[in-house]
Amino acid sequence: MAEKAAKKTKNPRVPMPEQDPKVRARNFLEVPTGYTAKMAQDEAARCLQCKKPGCVEGCPVGVDIPGFIDLIAQGDMTGSIRNLWAKNALPAVCGRVCPQEIQCEGKCILAKKGDPVAIGNLERYAADYEREKGTGELPPVAAPTGKKVAVVGSGPSGLTVAGDLILKGHEVTIFEAFHKPGGVLVYGIPEFRLPKDIVAQEVNFLSRLGVNVECNVVVGRTVSVDELFEQGFDAVYIGVGAGLPRFMNIPGENLVGILSANEYLTRANLMKAYKFPEVDTPIPIGKNVVVLGAGNVAMDSARTAMRLGADSVKVVYRRSREEMPARVAEIHHAEEEGIELFLLTNPTRYIGNDKGRLTGMECLKMELGEPDDSGRRRPVAIKGSEFEIECDLCIVAVGSGANPLLTGETPDMQLNRWGNVVADEKNGKTTKKGVWAGGDIVTGAATVILAMGAGRAAADSIHDYLMLGW
Amino acid sequence: MFTIVRREEMSEGTVVLNEIEAPRIAQKARPGQFVILKTGEEGERIPLTMADTDPEKGTITVIYMIVGKSTALFGQLQVGEGYTDVIGPLGKPTHLEKLGKVICVGGGTGVAVLHPITRGLKEVGNEVVCIIGARNKGLLMLEEEMRAASHDLRVCTDDGSYGHHGFVTDVLKEVLDDGDAKLVVAIGPVPMMKAVSNLTREYGVETMVSLNPIMVDGTGMCGGCRVTVGGETKFACVDGPEFDGHLVDFDELTLRLQAYLEDERKCHQDHCNIRDAK
Repeated sequence: MAEKAAKKTKNPRVPMPEQDPKVRARNFLEVPTGYTAKMAQDEAARCLQCKKPGCVEGCPVGVDIPGFIDLIAQGDMTGSIRNLWAKNALPAVCGRVCPQEIQCEGKCILAKKGDPVAIGNLERYAADYEREKGTGELPPVAAPTGKKVAVVGSGPSGLTVAGDLILKGHEVTIFEAFHKPGGVLVYGIPEFRLPKDIVAQEVNFLSRLGVNVECNVVVGRTVSVDELFEQGFDAVYIGVGAGLPRFMNIPGENLVGILSANEYLTRANLMKAYKFPEVDTPIPIGKNVVVLGAGNVAMDSARTAMRLGADSVKVVYRRSREEMPARVAEIHHAEEEGIELFLLTNPTRYIGNDKGRLTGMECLKMELGEPDDSGRRRPVAIKGSEFEIECDLCIVAVGSGANPLLTGETPDMQLNRWGNVVADEKNGKTTKKGVWAGGDIVTGAATVILAMGAGRAAADSIHDYLMLGW
Repeated sequence: MFTIVRREEMSEGTVVLNEIEAPRIAQKARPGQFVILKTGEEGERIPLTMADTDPEKGTITVIYMIVGKSTALFGQLQVGEGYTDVIGPLGKPTHLEKLGKVICVGGGTGVAVLHPITRGLKEVGNEVVCIIGARNKGLLMLEEEMRAASHDLRVCTDDGSYGHHGFVTDVLKEVLDDGDAKLVVAIGPVPMMKAVSNLTREYGVETMVSLNPIMVDGTGMCGGCRVTVGGETKFACVDGPEFDGHLVDFDELTLRLQAYLEDERKCHQDHCNIRDAK
């Protein structure tokens, strides 16, 4: 056994084939092109099949990782996807966008001596195989319970709740404010990282299971939560996302050429403005672009700007590389594509011309001081270090707060001081009877998989409520 | 699909009225609120403040000027056809309160937005003086409707072809000089709203304007519709669309409205070329 394990660890991790950086920096096609069957089986064979797998502990939805990998190793792709679906309704999405390095792969025993098993890549492989070559056979749906559930928001948590509850025999309707379902998977994450066809297929999978999807319904405006109950819904799940962009609140922020990442990415992704004028929605094309922030949204914005033809794209972040919240893979991809990182740099004001258009920004150099509340070393301005960056487009990606549109119209549901919905950590119950919440509207801006984990827990709790009571 | 049940052309064909089946929105909408409309898979989301709603029929009415490709595409839709998407009601409704004498000032297609607000202000018991204007007589819209919605209607045209020869602000000054005005509501092109607000500031009369900046989602998510009001940044889609005209930075708004001017011009020109070639 020891010998076998030693041999496995010596096999290097199978790299994911990718488009060449120079080519992909100017197109919107997906960057990693996916494993071949041989690559997937070689990589799957590296898994040690630990008896107490750390990877499963590291997964917010507890996917049976050694199990699905072993099925790939054996060549049973259908068995593998069935295994994944048991815990994760959106494997094609998670394989692409989860921060594996701090979750499953971070806990892989092989990570200690070298490269962890490429769990994300394998998850993606199993899901893509099913989509492209699979049987299309649906999982069994329980007998109808006669109970109706409204899911508000069609992002990762809403889709998870809908998928879980439809399988348990409940009638499920998803209400989406935008004209297309998918939430952040559609408006936020770019095509080159998560092709929209894949999201559409995931939603279509739910529709085939019997989930109703109603777009263009803004709960809180078109219909209130209480009205949903009056219309016969027995339970309501709120998964509306964060949805209130933060700005820097420094002088000049309303100059033309400064957009929230939400607006920039929504134009590019949901409205497909990167095809303008083939489509009708325009998007500002920057020559010299600055992106403020260093999370995944910032990387997505920077890489989108590069693809739209920018001469230079700079990510400006007040802390150092270590504190950058983006996935390692995203930072790596961004740098490969020519995006510059201006670390320990903080903008102090925007500069515009007489037409009210952005021409540059003034920044200060920072150094790291003592740790702050978040445990990260606090960036401190270096006196007299002001300098200017020339830019005609700035995308502000410094996070999102809680959008008050629904919560403001639901006065009997308790919010915390930041406006996020107060929900039980274990089951997503809010303080309003029959109402659950999960994802970014509860936690503040986080990841797809955490939202899905919250959705999973809430779905179990909603099922108990519908069958047993509050 | 959201079907068009009535279509009219106004202002010499430059302005189009659509009454649209949208029962959910019609039930909920109140004066001052807006909807976002989109036609076709690759269409643009266009915000328009509603000109009327009929909860019993389940319809809403929008009136828009054809200015670019998207409104041109809207304008081509006939009765029986419809919009792919209509989202709303969005924004805060107008605060309708009995104050005494109120003056409603409308210019261009702003008159369409002003109509339900004027009617609402009259219904709650105000004495409503209404001033509407257009470049010329042919472009003037909803004259009869506005007469019915107010106690006293004054009309102006820039070229003097009808009513008072001059701007709405000339007539507004006269009405303000009569005294007692408690509120002015001004809806129309930005320069008009700015001029009205500057005038009423001198008289110390509270003034409300309705803004229609560039936006994408209309739910507070994108922040494209930022306006500076009293030195603070507000989102017109959720904090508005109505604001205190004395506090709005109209110059900034004007510049922000021009953000995509070049793109729009090109897009519209391409569209017209293709259409004409056909």
